[in-house]
Amino acid sequence: MLVCDFLIQSAKFHPQKTALVCGEKRMTYQEVDRASNSLAHVLLQNGVERGDRIAIFLENSSEAVISIFSILKASCVFIVLNSSMKSGKLNLILKNSGAKVLITDMKRFAVAKKAATHLKSVQRIIVTDGYVKGALNMNDLMERESESLPASRCIDIDLAALIYTSGTTGIPKGVMLTHLNMVSAATSITQYIGNKSSDVIVNFLPLSFDYGLYQVLMAFRIGARIVLEKSFAYPYAVISKIQSEKVTGFPGVPTIFAILLQLKDLGKYDLSSLRYITNTGAALPLSHIQRLREIFPHTRIYSMYGLTECKRVSYLPPEELDRRPTSVGKAMPNVEAYIVNGEDERVGPGEVGELVVRGANVMKGYWRLEKETKEMLRPGPFFGESLLYTGDLFRMDEEGYLYFVARKDDIIKSRGEKVSPREIENVIYGVSQVREVAVIGVPDEILGEAVKAFVVKNDGSTLTEKDIMAYCAKNLEDFMVPRFVEFISSLPKTSTGKVKKDELR
Amino acid sequence: MRLGEEIRKVEEGQIRRFIADNFMIGRNPTALSGDASFLDNGIIDSLGVLELVSFIEGSYGIEVKDEELIPENLDSINNLLRYIEKKLSL
Repeated sequence: MLVCDFLIQSAKFHPQKTALVCGEKRMTYQEVDRASNSLAHVLLQNGVERGDRIAIFLENSSEAVISIFSILKASCVFIVLNSSMKSGKLNLILKNSGAKVLITDMKRFAVAKKAATHLKSVQRIIVTDGYVKGALNMNDLMERESESLPASRCIDIDLAALIYTSGTTGIPKGVMLTHLNMVSAATSITQYIGNKSSDVIVNFLPLSFDYGLYQVLMAFRIGARIVLEKSFAYPYAVISKIQSEKVTGFPGVPTIFAILLQLKDLGKYDLSSLRYITNTGAALPLSHIQRLREIFPHTRIYSMYGLTECKRVSYLPPEELDRRPTSVGKAMPNVEAYIVNGEDERVGPGEVGELVVRGANVMKGYWRLEKETKEMLRPGPFFGESLLYTGDLFRMDEEGYLYFVARKDDIIKSRGEKVSPREIENVIYGVSQVREVAVIGVPDEILGEAVKAFVVKNDGSTLTEKDIMAYCAKNLEDFMVPRFVEFISSLPKTSTGKVKKDELR
Repeated sequence: MRLGEEIRKVEEGQIRRFIADNFMIGRNPTALSGDASFLDNGIIDSLGVLELVSFIEGSYGIEVKDEELIPENLDSINNLLRYIEKKLSL
């Protein structure tokens, strides 16, 4: 089975069912299926070949969903980029991936164009909503093409997606996922959540984030409905949406639940349609779990853990939540997870070690980054099999339930997404008059961790905190811009010159 | 009380300054039209909305109700002005 079969099958069984709600726009399975067929023909007409990478630089929208499935139907590999990405990083990703086509909109065209300048690999830019020199208009192209399904040339061990994630080096890494990887993960997750075609899943998370992307994939897999929102900004608009669309599934990260819980009178709204809530990205604080349990007594709350490199590892059955609220549960169906010590030996209950994951959901590596791949993937028990070493330290209790302890590196988790301190430090080093910088995560009630930069400036420099933030806002995605900047006279260091970040915390 | 033109200008200046200082660091705030959506223009996110709400609660002594946390009230300079004016006249 291929990922695009999720849509093809659902369109066959529920052609007239509303598959996608996006703002005012509603599309049936048949409409999404036919539109993505047309766009697949557009791509093929423009010379894409099996395995070519195609980048989507859009906010959450029907066009983004149609693009994903059209790319798969054209036997290509999709990349969804964060819609607030700036041209510098976009250029790095376009270069690394060798993307042949870039799909964007008028609002992002200038950034896209700048990023793609001088890149021979990017042969076409398609915009979804207008006309501009240097780009093709998506609708015009689609109108000319057939709505029939192009012949598929992929098999399930071909790549379906590259999902770019932050690493310790600060260079974005493209997680290579095959159709089999993604179908396996989506199947396991829908199985333990017990998704049904009657589900209505609301998604506020960006499709560039695997957690957001999978909401669409899983909904289409089971023939459910996805309500796609651009962001989680106006909390009451969220409540109204849950009520008007009779939402049954609400995936979130701790930041989203923290904001929701700030509503003064959350308990008074009728949100009884909600069958389940899922949380991942970081642990929910105990007090928030308790309040969610009070407000949603009939809603199943899933605490989960995963990483882009395998999508999901574990989930805590909701009935265990009161007994072990800080656990992320056990491995999900068809996945094995265990803890090893520094000697690579499995450890027992109570001992802290690195979590290792085994399963059909484990990525094939990082695109064109051999060294980074070897750090994460090591040989498994059978020839050719890879085990994923997560870099996350865990312990388990006597009954085998897993508890997250810490990360092995200094990656920050903010709003549930990984943020590379190095990537931010590299940008701040671009500010003139900055001598040294160190970026850390500081605890934050809503964000989980907030990004904080310690900056040493040149003597006599007139730099202000705002100057640093302004520079970051121009060069980093929104969620990476430091919330706090502090000037200090020098950074604490070890005898070998390594910054002692622990002392900054 | 309906805000007179003069007062309205002062209010608008105050709101613009708050938006510029908190959400538009490194961007040109004068280019922001009164009807431009904060959300669509990448000016505000969910945390920004919380900060905006505490700003207007603190500055105007009004209480923003849950039901009022919608874009129609908060998502542009003009929406904000209309909302504040309505709240103050109640």
